[in-house]
Amino acid sequence: MDATLTGNQAASAMAAARKPTGRLSDPLFVGVLWTSGIFVLILLGLIIAMLFEGGLPALQEFGISFLWSTTWNPVTEKFGAGVMVFGTIFSAVIAVVIALPLSFGIAFFLTEIAPGPLRRPIGVAIQLLAAIPSIIYGMWGFFVIVPLMAAYVQPPLIELLGPLPVIGALFQGPPLGAGMLTAGLIMAIMILPFITAMFVEVLESVPPMIKESAYGVGATTYEVYRNVSVPYGRTAMVGAVMLGLGRALGETMAVTFVIGNATRMSASLFAPGSTIASTIANEFPEAGPGSLKLQSLLELGFILFVISFIVLALSRLLVRSKLKG
Amino acid sequence: MNFTSDTSIDIASAVNRATAPTAEPKLKVEGLNFYYGENHALKNIHFDIPEKRVTAMIGPSGCGKSTLLRIFNRMYQLYPGQRAEGKILFDGTDLLSKELDSTVVRSRIGMVFQKPTPFPMSIYDNIAFGVKLHEKLNKAQMDERVEWCLRKAAIWEETKDRLHTSALGMSGGQQQRLCIARTIAVRPEVILLDEPTSALDPISTSKIEDLIDELKQEFTIVIVTHNMQQAARCADITSFFYLGEMIEVGPSAEIFTNPREARTRDYITGRFG
Repeated sequence: MDATLTGNQAASAMAAARKPTGRLSDPLFVGVLWTSGIFVLILLGLIIAMLFEGGLPALQEFGISFLWSTTWNPVTEKFGAGVMVFGTIFSAVIAVVIALPLSFGIAFFLTEIAPGPLRRPIGVAIQLLAAIPSIIYGMWGFFVIVPLMAAYVQPPLIELLGPLPVIGALFQGPPLGAGMLTAGLIMAIMILPFITAMFVEVLESVPPMIKESAYGVGATTYEVYRNVSVPYGRTAMVGAVMLGLGRALGETMAVTFVIGNATRMSASLFAPGSTIASTIANEFPEAGPGSLKLQSLLELGFILFVISFIVLALSRLLVRSKLKG
Repeated sequence: MNFTSDTSIDIASAVNRATAPTAEPKLKVEGLNFYYGENHALKNIHFDIPEKRVTAMIGPSGCGKSTLLRIFNRMYQLYPGQRAEGKILFDGTDLLSKELDSTVVRSRIGMVFQKPTPFPMSIYDNIAFGVKLHEKLNKAQMDERVEWCLRKAAIWEETKDRLHTSALGMSGGQQQRLCIARTIAVRPEVILLDEPTSALDPISTSKIEDLIDELKQEFTIVIVTHNMQQAARCADITSFFYLGEMIEVGPSAEIFTNPREARTRDYITGRFG
């Protein structure tokens, strides 16, 4: 009897000694987390709103045709986004077209062919490509690639392919070195690591048993890739390419160095042009506060934002759809 | 008394059936050793696999039975650091010799895996994939081949109206029979089954077992299984592997009722494993 009593007393004494913890600190912690989460949304919302509102006067001045008008004349104050939108998409597509086969090759090599000791150095080298700052690529492009293109690449291409019908249009004009192709080439090197890294991930996620099944009916390495690994990861690979495209669309510094910065539109790969990002970088310092030019540049920024957003959203969607399967 | 004699007759006939002197064994393993890097996974295996019979390999995990299966179609060669020494005579030619092309070996010795592994394409293309690698068939011939092997795999009735839909939409049991059909489509001589029912429900399992019984009319079958009842039901010959060695091989009835080795007895009575 006595023993039980003391036991009870001890228990209640212990209960009294234990104070509920976290009654104040935990809500505080949760509050901080909420704030950080909401902060991102607010930040994004404010940027969109600022871009939209800042560019709105330009849109009102030139109407919706601002989107495709190819005039960009600071002297007469006539502005249109056509040349830059074209240049942005054209150069980004060139970059992807060059980077894609290279990424395929590197990713296949790394996942299947490369002997163990070689895998790491090559993998690291590719990651280091991604670590090189954009401005370095710009300088390298300007001092090394542009002269090389002008002297050795463009003249024979113009001579050889220029006279051909249809595709000849891509190879017209003087071999200036700087231009769409050079910009695309530099960007291709810049997006290569991202596309390759995602390809490697996709290829490694193909279940070995499925590959073995294909080998098991007598397929060769190439046939297994072509018919099993690539179809298996197709959606994610398209997503990876879109992600690369998204990066190329917004690339600024390297492109500004090598694209030639002309506000003319040409189908030729060698013609100098400009992208939205390069135009903003070049002309922002000369746009006075409240000027129509500044408003037009902000509107350009908004357009770039929308294009990038669409491409990135698409890529996310595609990558996710695969990871589920 | 009657009962006992019946059983013994049954066993005797099974033994007879299984050990009846056929021609040369389809696969003859001679002094095979296998290494995963430093790990000696199979130790001096001698093993005859008779033609048009079902030969089962049982044993606890890691005993080397799947390893041996993967040597038969040279799957191990995909992975550096794995090597085999010794001989495996396949109709008299050494499977391990460098002159023999892996793709040819694998088209003559097909394999079905633990889990269904349909390719991400239609049912029809799953079958046609392997066939196209080795033969040039026109559309009509290919249609015929697809139907032939789907019938053989007892899945034609379920698939004939959806041949061009994705194979990924089938049930697990159907997918596994599709994988068997895909293997048959290449017209191999030997079919290797690596725990083919371990991912399936009992009904699908029994369908696959019936199928194995059908297929041995035409093919030599080697099956690895964890399910001893399955080996007892399906296999003419059963071999027991333990720690990389083949402990015992014989007619299934004998192995399961009257094993010679104590370790075999311990395993089949569930003392370890």
